[in-house]
Amino acid sequence: MKGLANNDSKAIETIYKDNFSMVQALILNNSGSYDDARDIFQEAMVTLYEKAKSESFVLTCQVKTYIYSVCRRLWLKKLQQAGKFVTQAESLEETVLVEDDLEVHEKRNAEFAIMERALSSLGEPCKSLIEAYYIHKKGMTEIADEFGYTNADNAKNQKYKCLMRLKKLFFSQYNIGD
Amino acid sequence: MEDKLLLETIERYLGGTMLAEEKAWFEQLRKNTPEIDQMVVEHRIFLHQIEEFGMVQKIKHTLHNTHKTLVEKADINEGGSVSTRGRVVQFYNKYKKVTAIAASIAGLTALVISGLVAYFSPAVNNDQIELLGKKIEQVTRTQQAQGARLNEVDSKIPKDATVTAGGTAFMIDGKGFLITNAHVVKGSGTIVVNRNGQEFNAKIINIDHERDLAILKIQDEDFKPLGNLPYGIKKSSVDLGEELYTLGYPREEIVYSMGYLSAQSGRDGDTSSCQISLSANPGNSGGPVFNKNGEIVGIISKKETKAEGVVYAIKSKGIFKMIDELKESDTSVQKIKLPSSSKLKGMGRTDQVKEVEDFVFQVKAYQN
Repeated sequence: MKGLANNDSKAIETIYKDNFSMVQALILNNSGSYDDARDIFQEAMVTLYEKAKSESFVLTCQVKTYIYSVCRRLWLKKLQQAGKFVTQAESLEETVLVEDDLEVHEKRNAEFAIMERALSSLGEPCKSLIEAYYIHKKGMTEIADEFGYTNADNAKNQKYKCLMRLKKLFFSQYNIGD
Repeated sequence: MEDKLLLETIERYLGGTMLAEEKAWFEQLRKNTPEIDQMVVEHRIFLHQIEEFGMVQKIKHTLHNTHKTLVEKADINEGGSVSTRGRVVQFYNKYKKVTAIAASIAGLTALVISGLVAYFSPAVNNDQIELLGKKIEQVTRTQQAQGARLNEVDSKIPKDATVTAGGTAFMIDGKGFLITNAHVVKGSGTIVVNRNGQEFNAKIINIDHERDLAILKIQDEDFKPLGNLPYGIKKSSVDLGEELYTLGYPREEIVYSMGYLSAQSGRDGDTSSCQISLSANPGNSGGPVFNKNGEIVGIISKKETKAEGVVYAIKSKGIFKMIDELKESDTSVQKIKLPSSSKLKGMGRTDQVKEVEDFVFQVKAYQN
C-alpha cells in the first residue's frame, strides 16, 4: 500500500497481478471488452492511489474487495449511461460502499481536466517548460541546457511568462470558492 | 519585473527554502498587504494542483507500463490462450492486431447495441448479442457466485454457463405460460425462479423483438400447474393519474413499487407503450403493472436514464395482439387462455400482493 502511494512500480505490479484478472472477468462477463477492462481497472487504481496518499487513509476492507467494488460501480455507471435496463449478471461477491471515494475521485478528475486543458492551450515550449520545472522538478540550469536557453536567467524569465499565462487560464475555470 | 520577484519570493516561501529572518519579514508583509496574502493563497492552490496533476500522470504512466509488462510476461491474459512462456511474446505480437480488432469490434458492437436498446428497444437483433458472446471468451461463473447459491440445492443453470441477463416475468396462463421482455431472455437458455427460490427450466415459445415481448413456457417436472390466475389482463387503456403498482426482481427477492400513469404514450410518442412514474431498477424489466383493481395493464420495459422516475411500460393490449397473431400459426400458443377477470377487486393492497406474488417470477437467461 505504501509502495503504491510512493509510485513504486514493484508494489503496483503486485497489486496489478493479484487483482486484474478478477476485474477483467467482471467486465468481460458484463458485455465489456479487454480495453474496457484495462481502462476501468486503471481508473480504480488511481482512485486507490489517491486514497492511499490522503493522510486520513484507512482501508476498512481487503484491497481486493475495494478494487472490485470501485470497478463494479464504475462499470455499472458506464453501462447505465449506455441506457440498458436489465440486471447484469453479477457474481454475488461482497462489496463495500465506495460512493464517497468515487465522488472525491470525480471531483479531482474534473480539476485535472481543467489543468490539462490549461496546459495544452499554453502551447510549446511553454508547456514542456512548466512541466519540467513544476512536475519533474528539474533545476533551472538543467532546463536552460535542455531547451537551449543561453542561461538560467533567460529560462527563468520565460518560465515566469508561461506561468502567468497558465495561472490565468487555470483560475479562469477553477473556482477557489469550491 | 517586481511581480516576478514577488512570485519568486512566494515560491521560496511556500517551498520552505527561506531563512528564518526573511520568513518572519515576509510573514509580516503578508499580514500588512492583503493583495500579497491573496497571491500567496492563490499560488499555493495552484502549486498543489499542478503537483497532484503531475503525480497522477506519473501513476497513470506506471500503470500503463505495468500492464504492458504483465501482458508480455503472460501474468495477465488479454485473449488467446497461451501455453508456454517462451512463446508468449511472439504469440502476443502475432495476434496483437487480431485481438485489438476483435476487442474493438466487440466494444463497438456493445455500444451500438446499447444505443439500439435505449432508442429503438424492439429493434434489437439477438444474433448480434450472441455473436458478441462468442467473440469475447466467456469466463465461467465465479466461485463466489456458486458459494452464495449453495443453499439453493443444485441450481438448474448448467455448471459451465454464464448468466447473461435477468429480469421479471409473470404468468399469463396457469399451465405454465409466462410473459416477459424480449431483451431479458437473450442467451441460450432460460430458467425462472419463483419467490421461494425454486427454479424451473423454461423454454422460449416465441420472441417478438418489435414489441419487445417474449412468451416462455415452464418445462420442468417439478412444476405443478397453478390453476386459475387471481388477476385479469385489461384490454382497455388506463386514465392519466391512475394509481399503479408493480412487482419485480431488481434483487434476489421480490420487490413492490407504487406509482401512477404519467403519460399515455411512451418514448418519442410510441403509442404501444405508456409512461409511468415509479421507482424501477434494472431487473424490473418484464414485471407486471397492476391497477388498483389488480388488473394487469402493462409490462415494465425500460426507463429513462437521464430523468428520475420515468419508466416506460408496454400496454397490455400488446399481449393480446401478439397472442392473437401467433394463434394463427403456432399451435402451442393456441393452448394459452388469457385471464380476463380479476378476483382482486375491492381487496386491500397487501392482500392483493399476497395473492399475486406467487405468479411473478424472476427470469435468468444464461449462455453456455
